[in-house]
Amino acid sequence: MAREKSSKDNAQALFHSLRSAYAATPVNLKIIDLYVGFAVFTALIQVVYMATVGSFPFNSFLSGVLSCVGTAVLAVCLRIQVNKEFKDLPPERAFADFVLCNLVLHLVIMNFLG
Amino acid sequence: MTTVTNMPLSDLLKSFKLKTKQQELLIRVSILCLVYILAFITRLFSVLRYESMIHEFDPYFNYRTTLYLTQNGFYDFWNWFDYESWYPLGRIVGGTLYPGLMVTAVLIYRILHFLRFAVHIREVCVLTAPFFASNTTLVAYFFGKEIWDTGAGLVAAILIAICPGYISRSVAGSYDNEGVAIFALLFTFYLFVKAVNTGSLAWSLASAFGYFYMVSAWGGYVFIINLIPLYVLVLLITGRYSMRLYVAYNCMYVLGMLLAMQIRFVGFQHVQSGEHMAAMGVFFLMQVFYFLDWVKHMLSDTKLFQAFLRITVTCAVVVGTIALGLGMLSGYISPWTGRFYSLLDPTYAKDHIPIIASVSEHQPTAWSSFMFDYHILLFLFPAGLYFCFKRLSDATIFIVMYGLTSMYFAGVMVRLILVATPAVCLISAIAVSATVKNLTVLLRSKNKGVLTGSTKGSSSSRASSKALLDQSQPFQKNGAIALLFGAFYLLSKYATHCTWVTSEAYSSPSIVLAARGAHGNRVIFDDYREAYFWLRQNTPVDAKVMSWWDYGYQITAMGNRTVIVDNNTWNNTHIATVGRALSSYEDEAIEIMRSLDVDYVLVVFGGVTGYSSDDINKFLWMVRIGGGVFPVIKEPDYLVNGEYRVDKGAAPKMLNCLMYKLCYYRFGEMLTEYGKPPGYDRARGVEIGNKDIKLEHLEEAFTTSNWIVRIYKVKPPNNRW
Repeated sequence: MAREKSSKDNAQALFHSLRSAYAATPVNLKIIDLYVGFAVFTALIQVVYMATVGSFPFNSFLSGVLSCVGTAVLAVCLRIQVNKEFKDLPPERAFADFVLCNLVLHLVIMNFLG
Repeated sequence: MTTVTNMPLSDLLKSFKLKTKQQELLIRVSILCLVYILAFITRLFSVLRYESMIHEFDPYFNYRTTLYLTQNGFYDFWNWFDYESWYPLGRIVGGTLYPGLMVTAVLIYRILHFLRFAVHIREVCVLTAPFFASNTTLVAYFFGKEIWDTGAGLVAAILIAICPGYISRSVAGSYDNEGVAIFALLFTFYLFVKAVNTGSLAWSLASAFGYFYMVSAWGGYVFIINLIPLYVLVLLITGRYSMRLYVAYNCMYVLGMLLAMQIRFVGFQHVQSGEHMAAMGVFFLMQVFYFLDWVKHMLSDTKLFQAFLRITVTCAVVVGTIALGLGMLSGYISPWTGRFYSLLDPTYAKDHIPIIASVSEHQPTAWSSFMFDYHILLFLFPAGLYFCFKRLSDATIFIVMYGLTSMYFAGVMVRLILVATPAVCLISAIAVSATVKNLTVLLRSKNKGVLTGSTKGSSSSRASSKALLDQSQPFQKNGAIALLFGAFYLLSKYATHCTWVTSEAYSSPSIVLAARGAHGNRVIFDDYREAYFWLRQNTPVDAKVMSWWDYGYQITAMGNRTVIVDNNTWNNTHIATVGRALSSYEDEAIEIMRSLDVDYVLVVFGGVTGYSSDDINKFLWMVRIGGGVFPVIKEPDYLVNGEYRVDKGAAPKMLNCLMYKLCYYRFGEMLTEYGKPPGYDRARGVEIGNKDIKLEHLEEAFTTSNWIVRIYKVKPPNNRW
């Protein structure tokens, strides 16, 4: 009983400390995190849809999922480069790179969609 | 007036009012220009000796597809179904080739035509490989600069410009995928290392494009997609990871994978093939790893973090193994193909896939090949490894891994010496540059009071601090001079050796043979082209030609006739059918040939000239490949006591099979060498066993002037009465 209680306490303490640490991050980073979450969520929806309906135009499925995963990954890279603690790269340059990579990503997706 | 007889170079440059940095820049640029030109012209031996033509076998297919692309445009090329090869199956060319080489050549051709240079596409094809070799030297310079410093970059450019390992597959006329692919390989690696060093998304995007070019050019891109994840894994394990690595690898992987899937031949392999799963595994591992790192950064309490760590790691491992297991068991993720499996287990191909084992380029490498292709680089490579380990950084770890993995594969297959060459050149360049730099710094440090000339600023400051760290024994100035002379001697020997090797070994077109006549004059055997042009001009347009698969591409490209099998070797059963036909008695063979609608049979015979790469020497492979699919063909039937003979003591099946008859028809009356009986086979060195050959269903159509290529026509069935 005591062990279960302590592990539950542990989980709660973990959850609280994570929450408080996260609340301290700046707002622009939270927006990027929201975007990443949205992209991953969209990818999951697509995978569930594929599991129910079948994967016939496989290239369309791949292009859809990879566009979500791609923008999520690029947004995480943007977050890394914008975060003041890790880099001394001007944020405009980071954002310009982000836009360029997204442009290339979506052009390839358009070609691959079929 | 004071006369200065020997003006030092620095004073000369100073007289042009150049500052030190500008002097250095001028020297560097002029060296690179000279190396660029050198790399191009050292590959031109065969063009100067013979003519500007395409060599070997595979380049003829590439040339034919490039011709098709220039005449019909990209859309028709991308959707091309070729009915002139692999009769009656045909070949989906658009979906089974790597278009990078053809598209590059056509692009250069269009640019030249835009500038009003009216060259033929064949000239562009012949000179594509030397052009890209020159570009590779530039990339090697920048790569060397990234890994070590500009001195190493210059030495790397020089070494790779003349290295025989690279020249062997990129002479003028060798219009093959490797000519462009090595440039793409080194370029991709350079861009990726630059991305890891700077952590910028722009460089990662560039490396993704470099990877796309590599995928479009050669099947060896699998090396990149496995080496880079291995490198990332090594960095993660050794704790040298950083945010830059995350940005570089992820951007390159996702964009590179998407771009690579645009090539039809590659298709969905990046998500379905076992050979590409390492990259995906490392991708997911990275996400988990960096997520944990972020959480650790956010949490201040380590005990909580340990708990979190345990939960996440167990979840991730369980999910990962379940996914991988399901994928492999259900067959969705295909296992490693035989081609790559034979790289890990060199004996695999001999037992299971005779077609791969029969290619001479796929044999394990002998020491002599290493020495022949690398010369002094062979011992400079370990020296360079030593220097790399002394100054470990992300970039040097990469080049060490590239060098070691590629050297292992070069030991397994002769053909892969080519892939190891850039790594060996770069690492050796580090050794040469570091050693020469240390020695010259020793020299200069003694003369500091005397020399008023410029000390080349940017390079020596770092080198002098390194020299103070590196020198373990006090060198005398004379010792340093002696060692410098020794280094100079070795490098000049390297240059001599490379030029000699290029001239003697790697500049023969293989389709035109040369020999020395009795009076020392050069005799040219142009039999192959003679036979193909005979085919082109004297046979009906829809004639089908049966030959061994080696000659398929050349027959379609130059003879312009339909062939049964060619060098693509995608259908083993079809090749085995041809092998069976050639190894059977004439009566059985004619059934097979009638079923395939064969009109002409082409064989290559070297008995009159002593040419040893003919069909009789390849015959046992035909038997093995045919016997692999049709058990009626048994190899021991053709051997006598395990020995392969064509003289009187040969096996009866050998003396009467179709290949023997076609090669030695009317040869029994031929006097080939003074003092030897008629019918003396100069390639095997024996008098043949069956001189009185009668052909029932075939008739001789054409034999070239030196009997090297022989063409036979299949007679139509007899009238009934």
